[in-house]
Amino acid sequence: MIRRVVRYLDERSGTAPFIKKTLRYLFPDHWSFLLGEVALYCFIVLVATGTYLTFFFVDSSHQVVYHGPYTPLEDQHMSEAYRSVLDISTTVKAGLLIRQTHHWAANVFLAAIILHLFRVFFTGAFRKPRDLTWLIGVTMLILALLEAYVGYSMVDDLMSGMGLVIGYGVGLSIPFVGANIMGWLFHGPFPGGEVLLSRLYVVHVFLFPALIAVLLTAHLVLVALRHHTQFPGVRQSERRVVGVPTFPGQTPRSLGLMFATAGVLFLLGGLVQINPIWLWGPFHTYTSTNGAQPDWYLGWLIGALRLVPGWDFVVGHYTLVPNPFWGGVLFPSLVIGFLYFWPWVERRLTGDQAFHNLLERPRDNPLRTGVGVGMVTWVVLVFVAGSSDRVNVLFNLAYDKQIWVYRVAVFVVPVVFGLVAARVCRELVRGERVEEQRQLAETEARLEFASRLDQA
Amino acid sequence: MSRGRDLLVSGLVLLAGRRRGLRVRPAEPRILEEPPERNPRAESAAIVCLFLGALCAAAFPVVYFVGAVPAKTQLFGLSLGLALLFVAAALVIVSQTVVPTEESEHDYPPREHVEEQEYVEQLVEESGQGFTRRRLFKLGLVSAGGALGVAALTPAISFGPLRVRDFYGTPWRKGRRLVDENGKPLRAADIEQKTFYTAFPEGADQEEQGSPLVVVRLEPSTLRLPPKLHGYDANGIVAYSKICTHAGCAISLYRVPTFAPTEPRPALVCPCHYSTFDPADGGSVTFGPAGRALPMLPLEIDRDGNLRARGNFDGPVGPSWWGVRERRPSP
Repeated sequence: MIRRVVRYLDERSGTAPFIKKTLRYLFPDHWSFLLGEVALYCFIVLVATGTYLTFFFVDSSHQVVYHGPYTPLEDQHMSEAYRSVLDISTTVKAGLLIRQTHHWAANVFLAAIILHLFRVFFTGAFRKPRDLTWLIGVTMLILALLEAYVGYSMVDDLMSGMGLVIGYGVGLSIPFVGANIMGWLFHGPFPGGEVLLSRLYVVHVFLFPALIAVLLTAHLVLVALRHHTQFPGVRQSERRVVGVPTFPGQTPRSLGLMFATAGVLFLLGGLVQINPIWLWGPFHTYTSTNGAQPDWYLGWLIGALRLVPGWDFVVGHYTLVPNPFWGGVLFPSLVIGFLYFWPWVERRLTGDQAFHNLLERPRDNPLRTGVGVGMVTWVVLVFVAGSSDRVNVLFNLAYDKQIWVYRVAVFVVPVVFGLVAARVCRELVRGERVEEQRQLAETEARLEFASRLDQA
Repeated sequence: MSRGRDLLVSGLVLLAGRRRGLRVRPAEPRILEEPPERNPRAESAAIVCLFLGALCAAAFPVVYFVGAVPAKTQLFGLSLGLALLFVAAALVIVSQTVVPTEESEHDYPPREHVEEQEYVEQLVEESGQGFTRRRLFKLGLVSAGGALGVAALTPAISFGPLRVRDFYGTPWRKGRRLVDENGKPLRAADIEQKTFYTAFPEGADQEEQGSPLVVVRLEPSTLRLPPKLHGYDANGIVAYSKICTHAGCAISLYRVPTFAPTEPRPALVCPCHYSTFDPADGGSVTFGPAGRALPMLPLEIDRDGNLRARGNFDGPVGPSWWGVRERRPSP
């Protein structure tokens, strides 16, 4: 049977040697190598659930009056888009499961991507020859963020509209062309023209997913062509790769991880409520609500927007650079620019032009680890600053005082943490060296003792 | 007859789940190392997991079709999630115990292929030897490519207006009445202190950012309007654009009544990034990221006691952009 299938394929494509090679492709083994896989499986779940949702979603901002099973919204004016998502959540059987699973998958997708990025960064897996793979990965992260934001925005519930108008405000702040670009994209000033929702829709269900799929393929092909990195070991070297073959060893593992990821996402989608849009109500330009928080992956941006003091860059009577630019454009540009350029910066700083198949432990490279910890601390602090309003409600700490503490802390703490991390790395390595010396000396002493005994 | 018996026997054997021996052609050398020790218990566990998975998945259509099942979303999620997790468990058990997982090793692929690189370089060079005016040809290529690119992108200009003028427009005009969400005129006498009202220009599109107002009544003695805004209030009633000048959210928090000493004055607050504006001081920014004051609308009370606009805002509405503030909204 197997023979017949392989022969069928081989006769038509001549790929038996390729199949053989693929089946014996080696996967070096470490738990952290699975994070990227989790992201891949989330993407599959997202495409599957998302496709199902497109059969019910209506991409129209046309205003209708709600009459339906969810009585608190009876007689309210809302867009057809929002009503269709209400219907998915209330009257379409299993619709809420699919919608919530889609939303959970988006959250886990970004978490997996970012953890995968941490792994790749802190072990130096991005070095030559995998710097191109890294660039594609960072690009996919940006696309995934935008994709998630657009998906959130096109539901047209209250939270979604608040997110959209903030994005619009940030877009307006782009120097020189902000207003032109936003008027152009939205078809006029906010809330834009009737076409806006269809635009968001086609971007969310076609443009960005297609781009991600293309880049994902390139990313995986590059990984496979150069083979996976590995931690150094007795048999592992820059020349030799040690791992479990695709088949039979790796296949059930990876499939198991895929089913486990999907299983957890569907359990979350069924059991843990996420974004209950019927509670938010429809969005109107003149409505907003207190205590609103975005999905976690945008927390760093809302934190940045809230932290910046009220500075506009003003010349004469002209505002040139409006305030949202600092937190909404400059800050993420710095972080993303850092990610894009770090492989080259590091090469410049260390003069290391070599080929690397072996990974470093974070402690082996104090400079990189220190800088990385500093950057992570910076972004995390800004993220935490975004929750000051919740902290104010929960712990009764004055909001404005918290913000002032953060305004200072975001410049001081990352430097301190980075220096401490670099120091810890050096001490760990030094400790290892001492331990090595000690064991060596101990062995020597034992040998000497034994030889003396022999002589005696 | 004997064929039927064979079928029956083989069917029974299959049903009984007899473990089949490895059918390895003995003549050929093995690809994998010797098979791992048999682990029938782990194998049974994996089989049980698969059947449990099937059972959970089969529950999905049952939940779907049986009408009276409450909490369907939870049951759907349990059914599908557990089914997937059972399959995952079976696969993990198989991968750890039944399938050989020996590590193997081989060389990394070669770092580069110098010969092929040189071949490509030489090939391209040789194929270009027929050109005599190479630079001009390149220039032609670049021009054609660039012009085609520009032509291909030109239709995208139709996406929307590129002009900034639209951003200054608001529906407010002198004499326009303030109405509530349902179109009912706001009467000055109905505006109370210590609460806020959302108002719109009568008959205008409420979704436009230039439309919505936040209206509050302050004690006239507490008003400290800057000179250029003198007379914008109507007996202590002040109206500002409801759209935050920071990122464009609706200002839906009114900090009143206040508690000394932390909250000295009433304030209008945007819940998105907590830009805080002073309604007694012409909407000036007292805290948060907003870079300019809330635009104020001059008010008057007509003979019927209704609130009317006495003109347009004193500045552009909504989030700022490059070059804003210099111009007032178009009349």
